[in-house]
Amino acid sequence: MTSTGVLVGKHFYQGDEACAEGAIAAGCRFFGGYPITPSTEIAERLARRFPEVGGVFIQMEDEMGSMAAILGASAAGARAMTATSGPGFSLMMENIGLAVMMELPCVVVNVQRGSPSTGLPTLPGQSDVMQARWGTHGDFALAAFSPWSPQEMFDLTVHAFNVADRYRVPVLLMADEVVGHMVERVVVPPEDQIPKWERKRPDPKRKDSFKPFLAEDPDLVPPLAHAGEGYRVHFTGLTHDEQGYPEMDAEIHHRLVTRLVEKISHNAEKIVRTEDHFMEDARIVVIAYGSTARSARRAVKDARREGVPVGFLRLVSLWPFPIKQFREIADQVDAFIVAEMNLGQMALEVERHVRRPVTGVYHAGGAMMPPDRILEAIREVANRGDTHRR
Amino acid sequence: MATPIVVDSHPLDAILRADRIPHIWCPGCGIGIAMRCYAQAILDSGIPLDNHVVVSGIGCSGRVAGYMKIDSYHTTHGRAIPFAIGLKLANPNLAITVFSGDGDLAAIGGNHLIHAARRNVDISVICVNNFNYGMTGGQLGPTTPFGARTSTTPYGSPEFPFNFPYLLAASGANFVARWTTIHVRHLKRDILYMFGKPGFSFVEVLAPCPVGFGKLNYIAEGLDEMLLYKERCVIADGIPLDELGIDLRADQPIYVGRFVDRDLPPYKPVRLEDIK
Repeated sequence: MTSTGVLVGKHFYQGDEACAEGAIAAGCRFFGGYPITPSTEIAERLARRFPEVGGVFIQMEDEMGSMAAILGASAAGARAMTATSGPGFSLMMENIGLAVMMELPCVVVNVQRGSPSTGLPTLPGQSDVMQARWGTHGDFALAAFSPWSPQEMFDLTVHAFNVADRYRVPVLLMADEVVGHMVERVVVPPEDQIPKWERKRPDPKRKDSFKPFLAEDPDLVPPLAHAGEGYRVHFTGLTHDEQGYPEMDAEIHHRLVTRLVEKISHNAEKIVRTEDHFMEDARIVVIAYGSTARSARRAVKDARREGVPVGFLRLVSLWPFPIKQFREIADQVDAFIVAEMNLGQMALEVERHVRRPVTGVYHAGGAMMPPDRILEAIREVANRGDTHRR
Repeated sequence: MATPIVVDSHPLDAILRADRIPHIWCPGCGIGIAMRCYAQAILDSGIPLDNHVVVSGIGCSGRVAGYMKIDSYHTTHGRAIPFAIGLKLANPNLAITVFSGDGDLAAIGGNHLIHAARRNVDISVICVNNFNYGMTGGQLGPTTPFGARTSTTPYGSPEFPFNFPYLLAASGANFVARWTTIHVRHLKRDILYMFGKPGFSFVEVLAPCPVGFGKLNYIAEGLDEMLLYKERCVIADGIPLDELGIDLRADQPIYVGRFVDRDLPPYKPVRLEDIK
């Protein structure tokens, strides 16, 4: 273990454990959470590891409290995180909105299970991906990532903290039960190879004239002053002006909400991640994310062995949606197939951005998607070339 | 005719956001008095102003955060206490005060209140109790006395209210007091005391809300309620906690004072070096 507690080297980690280690490597030192299957191992590992590295672990009374506590810690300067699953994610929506409005960086991990309601606590799902985008009330933008392996549970947790700090936004790690409980090799790189994007901080020489919500830079992100630094800031969930003071004014409201959305959409290229394979000759493209992407990759390989010109595009980030990547490939291919463990959520977004037929391979959740179902869809689309929906 | 006196400064200018005045509160409201006591306690505390942080939830009392010229966080309804816990644990040097109302802290935030007291987290809570939801126009709150009329209990409340000192004492708070807006010296003294008191400390401040609560309950003016406090309040530090229920309408005493002052160990995050 290094002086900062990062366990550099090769490990055999469960996805949830890798997420916890990613948080430590990213410099996260505050966790407030409430036990919920299948995310609990993240809390359990941090409860054991944080006392070793000087982090604060607190088990809160519920998920509303967990979310509020990590925002308080973030306001005091800490990198802060919570972890949950569907039912807890619903309860966190309230203060995810507060994080958006106060522009307080934080990371929320949702290890998705079968939903709605209590659903399938121990079995996987991917049906919270639209809730991630639209769950809290109002217009807003945030970032969400979908890991497909324990290694990515580590890597994307680090990236999530970087995006959260750099753009002052809540970032969601939308894992699923398969990835959370899967055990695989995870390589923890040396600390100097762990990327670190810093929070933009105010200039202490301009303390007296500092406006905590004035975004002077083209990236639309204002510098963040922490509690106790003497800036005497006011943060509110109410619509506020650049000083942070409440304003009941349509023009100020429009300007604020537009900036909150555009600071993500204008910086999307730096946030978004996708991965593609076999795209050189592809006429059909299979889209998938999380554990379903593992099934999709297998199905694509099998179809290519049969001679079908099919490619594979994995959504590493869900939100902001990789619009640019889709527009680039949409003109070169004939059809898209979207495989996901829900009844067609990200497929709606794909349909919005491509003028090509989109075929869905859906399952409501409870088991990992079998590759054969995706393979079958590839064959059908290849043979019929139509917009048949499954 | 008297000549108006024009002042260009106020003794609390150092600590109030003068550019936010006038405040939103109604004539006769007691919240300003409680804020005044909090502000004076901050100035008297000897703790650097930059180390004081106020956190509030939603409602009339929650607006205090917007008027204090210190780091201030006006959070979501009921969540001031867990937000404050995050601030305190991430930076233990901060003097964190939660300033909010009875509905915010005891109804929607009730679970956070009792658990923060149970953990004995080192924060101070100033709870203005005006017996109703004032900002939304005078509805039933968790503190509305049995039988009292509000806009959602037009025939009188069929519910029994919380007894804050009893609740907080049972939950594990280190310090619990109750004063009213006529007890400004006691109130300021105890807020100051809470700053130095390790663990969870709580002061309930009974305050008039003539527009939201009083007008339907024959306490039409703020002054009427102040006179009621003057006539009926009894300082009773050692009284059994279960006798601290309040019924403004009944001709019985309103007990105020310090009810809990103990030294249970405050919450401390686990550190490996403390265990070994």
